[in-house]
Amino acid sequence: MKFAFWTGCVAKQGAPELYQSTVASLGVLGIEVEELVGGACTGAGVLTERNPRLADALNARTFAMAEQMGLPIMTICSTCTGTMYASHERLKDEAYRAEINEILAPEGLQYNGTTEIYHLMWILVEKIGLEKLRSYVKVPLGGLNVAPFYGCYILRPSRLMDPQHHDRDTYLEQIIVALGANAVDYSGATKCCGFPLTTMNRVSALKMTGTHIAEAKDKGADLLVTPCPLCHLNLDGQQVDAAKVMGRSLDVPILHLPQLLGIAFGLDAKDLGLHRNLISPRRIFERARRMAVTSS
Amino acid sequence: MEVKLRVRRQNEETGQKSQWSEYQVEVDDHGTVLDALIHVREYVDETLSVRCSCRSQICGSCGMQINHQMALGCKTKVQDVITDDGVITVEPMGNMGVVKDLVTDLEPFWGKVRQVKPYLQPDHQPEREYIVPNDDMESVKGAMACIMCGLCVAACNSLEVNPQFIGPAALAKNWRFLADPRDAEAQERMEYVSQPNGVWDCTHCFYCVEVCPKGVAPMELIMDTRRMAMEAGFTDNNGSRHSQAFVDTVSTYGRLDETKVAIRSVSGIGELLQFAGVGWRSFWRGKVPLRMTTIPGVYHVRRIFQQLETGPEAQRQKKKRKAMPHPSATALVGELTAPVQIPPRKDEPK
Repeated sequence: MKFAFWTGCVAKQGAPELYQSTVASLGVLGIEVEELVGGACTGAGVLTERNPRLADALNARTFAMAEQMGLPIMTICSTCTGTMYASHERLKDEAYRAEINEILAPEGLQYNGTTEIYHLMWILVEKIGLEKLRSYVKVPLGGLNVAPFYGCYILRPSRLMDPQHHDRDTYLEQIIVALGANAVDYSGATKCCGFPLTTMNRVSALKMTGTHIAEAKDKGADLLVTPCPLCHLNLDGQQVDAAKVMGRSLDVPILHLPQLLGIAFGLDAKDLGLHRNLISPRRIFERARRMAVTSS
Repeated sequence: MEVKLRVRRQNEETGQKSQWSEYQVEVDDHGTVLDALIHVREYVDETLSVRCSCRSQICGSCGMQINHQMALGCKTKVQDVITDDGVITVEPMGNMGVVKDLVTDLEPFWGKVRQVKPYLQPDHQPEREYIVPNDDMESVKGAMACIMCGLCVAACNSLEVNPQFIGPAALAKNWRFLADPRDAEAQERMEYVSQPNGVWDCTHCFYCVEVCPKGVAPMELIMDTRRMAMEAGFTDNNGSRHSQAFVDTVSTYGRLDETKVAIRSVSGIGELLQFAGVGWRSFWRGKVPLRMTTIPGVYHVRRIFQQLETGPEAQRQKKKRKAMPHPSATALVGELTAPVQIPPRKDEPK
C-alpha cells in the first residue's frame, strides 16, 4: 500500500512529534509513502474564506502533484483533510477545474480530477482493516480509558466528509477498541476544540478545550487521542491555561493518533516523540508497558 | 412500528427539574418523530409539551434534539433514527432556556436576529416596484430559505461557551441583506458584525451547516461576510490580522508560520503576553522552529498568490466583487435547492 504523504504544516513545526510518530507507525503498518514536499499549505479554511479560488488553486496544485505520482494522498490532519475535501469537491466541476488549471499551467502542472484523499484514520479502518490492525498490537492497551477527539473538519459537513455513510464518526472508537483500550463515551468527542478562536476570543477557545477535557476526565478518561494536530495544539498546548479558566485541575495527556498506535505497537517512547507533548504521557506509556508485562 | 420515546421533561413554572419520561407508541412505518410525539400528547399523556404547527418543514417550530442531534421533529423519520433496541431519545434544543419539556425560550434568539436589522434599508423611496435582475438574487436565494427554526443556534459550539456571540442565524440573516442589491446599509452591517461577538467569534465547527434543514449553510455566509468586511476595510480586529498574516506567511514560505501568525494576530504586547507561557513551554520541547524554510517550488506558490490575491489585477477584481455565494455553499446546497424534476404522468399527452 503506497500513498503520497501530505504532512501538513503543523507536523513539520508546532507538532514535530506527529510527523515522527507517523513515520514510526507506518513502518509497522506496512504503508509506503512518498512525501509531497512541494505542496503548499491547504489554507486551513482561512484562505478559503478569504479567497476560495486561491485555496482551490493551491490545493489543485498539490492534487496534480499526487496525480503525477500516480498515488492517492494520505493526510494526518483533520483540518487539512476537510479543507482539501472541499476543494476537491469544487474541482469536480470541469469548467472550474479548467480555469484553475490555467493558473497551474506555467509550472507544467494539470489536475485531471482523479486524486483520492484519505486521512490515516480512514486508512486504518477502510484499507487496512481492524482485524489486521489488531494483529500488529504488541502492547494491548487493556485497562486504559481513551477518549476520542475527532476535530470538526474531518466530520462535517457529513454529506461531504462521509458521503458513503461509513459511520466515519465512530472510527476513533473502533480503533481504540482494536488496540485493546476502552473508548470513553462523552459528548465532546465530535465538538470543536476551540483552536480557531485562539487569537480571536481566547477565553472561548480555552473554555471549549477545558470543557471537553474536563468532561472526558470526569467520565474516567486516562487520555485523549486526536487525528488533528490543530486540536492537539489547543488540547495539549493550551491545557494549562484552560485549567486556569475552568478553575479546576485537568492534567490529561493528549496523544496524536499515531502516538497511540505506536505505544500499542510496542515502539520506543523516543521514536514517538512522547517527550514533546506538553502534558507528559509518560505515565500512560509506562502503565501500558507494565500491564503488557504482567499480562504476558 | 413500535418505538419507545425517551423524552427529557422539565417545567420552569412549577420548578420541576429535568427528568425522563418513557412512552411506548405505535407509529406508521413512514411516521416522523413529531407524529410520535403528537400521538403521545393526544392519546397517552396530555401534559407533554411540544411546539409545532405546519408539520411539513416550513414553519420551523419543532426544533429538538433527537438522539443528541439537533433536528426538526417533522423532518426526521422514526425508522431513520430508531436504535436497535427500538428507542429514540428526545430532548429540547441546546443553547436555550427550557420553558417546558420540548418548548424552549426563543426570545434571545429573536433578540439577536433583530439586532442585525433584518429588513431592507434602501437609500431612497422607490418610485415604483424595484425589479431586481434574477442573477443578482441568485446568490441570496440560499440564505432566503431560512425558516428561523433555531437549530443552527442550538448546535453552535461557540455559543455553548459564550452566550454573547450573536450566532449563526443572525449572521446568516445579516448576510442575506448585505448581499441584497436593494439594501443600502452594507457598510453599517459589516461594521456591526466586525465587532467582538460578531463574525470573528465563529469557530468553524460546521455544526450549523450540518444541522440546517434548509441547506442555508450559515457558516459559509459568515465566511463570506468576513471576506466582504475585510475587503471593505474593517480590518482592525484580530480576525483580519490573523487572515492577513496567514496570507503573508504562506505566500512567503509556501507553508504556514504559526508563531508569526499568532504574534501578528493580536492587538498588542499585553495580549501577546498571555501566550508567553505556552510559547515558552513549546519552545523548550522543540516545537517553535527558529528558522522557517521555504517549500520546493515556492516561486510558483508566490506567483499564484500574486495572480489571485496580492497583485494589482487581483486587487482590482476584488474591488469589483460583491457578495457571492461561497462556492462550497453552492456546491453543497445545490442538491437541496435544485428544482425538482417531476416525471410526466404516464397518461399525460406529450
